Amino acid sequence: MRMRVDEGRRCLIVALSGEIDHHAQRETGAEIDHAFGRKRCRNIVFDFAGVSFMDSSGVGLVIGRYRRAREVGGSIAAVNLNPSMGRIFEISGLKKLMPVYGDVDSALSRM
Amino acid sequence: MPDNEVTVTMKARSQNEAFARIAAAAFVSAADPVLSDVTDIKTAVSEAVTNAIIHGYASDPARDVRMTMRMDGGDIYIEVSDDGAGIEDVALARQPLYTSRPELERSGMGFTVMEAFMDSVEVESSPGGGTRVIMRKRLSG
Ligand SMILES: Nc1ncnc2c1ncn2[C@@H]1O[C@H](COP(=O)(O)OP(=O)(O)OP(=O)(O)O)[C@@H](O)[C@H]1O
Ligand SMILES: [Mg+2]
Repeated sequence: MRMRVDEGRRCLIVALSGEIDHHAQRETGAEIDHAFGRKRCRNIVFDFAGVSFMDSSGVGLVIGRYRRAREVGGSIAAVNLNPSMGRIFEISGLKKLMPVYGDVDSALSRM
Repeated sequence: MPDNEVTVTMKARSQNEAFARIAAAAFVSAADPVLSDVTDIKTAVSEAVTNAIIHGYASDPARDVRMTMRMDGGDIYIEVSDDGAGIEDVALARQPLYTSRPELERSGMGFTVMEAFMDSVEVESSPGGGTRVIMRKRLSG
């Protein structure tokens, strides 16, 4: 996982990688929360391009971060979902909580 | 592919979630499945095995999760079972967004994902008597 900050938009850009399952969830969530707080961000863009697998643990991961962003009046977005992840986003209702864009720049331009 | 059956027993450790997915992908590979079927099966397996570890056994690494994979014609059957806590109300547990562990950042979508990615999902469970999840998928092509 790699993270960077768009200072102007107070946005944390999280390039997730590898397999997002229950095993990876806790540590990934903690790392994101740490960076989010330390960099005084309000918004998060999740980039799924480097993710090779995701199950419902990804839903818990994203909803947990959504709550943090909401607490500070911010919002979140997702980019680069593959069809399987798109389906999980669809059935879990995540698509109603957050917009999904084709790439990071499109997401940032709307933050 | 010829009919076949393999059973794997693994400790209730979160590392074994990835192992179970790889084992299931290896098992179906003999049938030369399309990639989307492999992804669907890995996702459903990951859900069922994770549930056995977290909910069945409260992540006690001394306990055993079993997974039996069976190929029968063009159908794959996967059974994931534990001898753990069991489920009081299976119909409630299968509802989208129902979770008994929101404090662990569970989303309550596991059974819903299994149902969406497989052709059928049966759940047999009783409080204290463990849980058995039997999933079937017809391979495409
Ligand atoms: N093997 C099991 N043993 C005991 N209880 C289980 C088992 N599998 C599922 N459950 C119960 O069913 C509920 C729903 O399971 P489901 O997988 O749909 O959601 P979750 O595991 O809570 O969240 P998520 O899968 O989205 O992380 C669980 O919260 C748990 O109470
Ligand atoms: Mg689950």
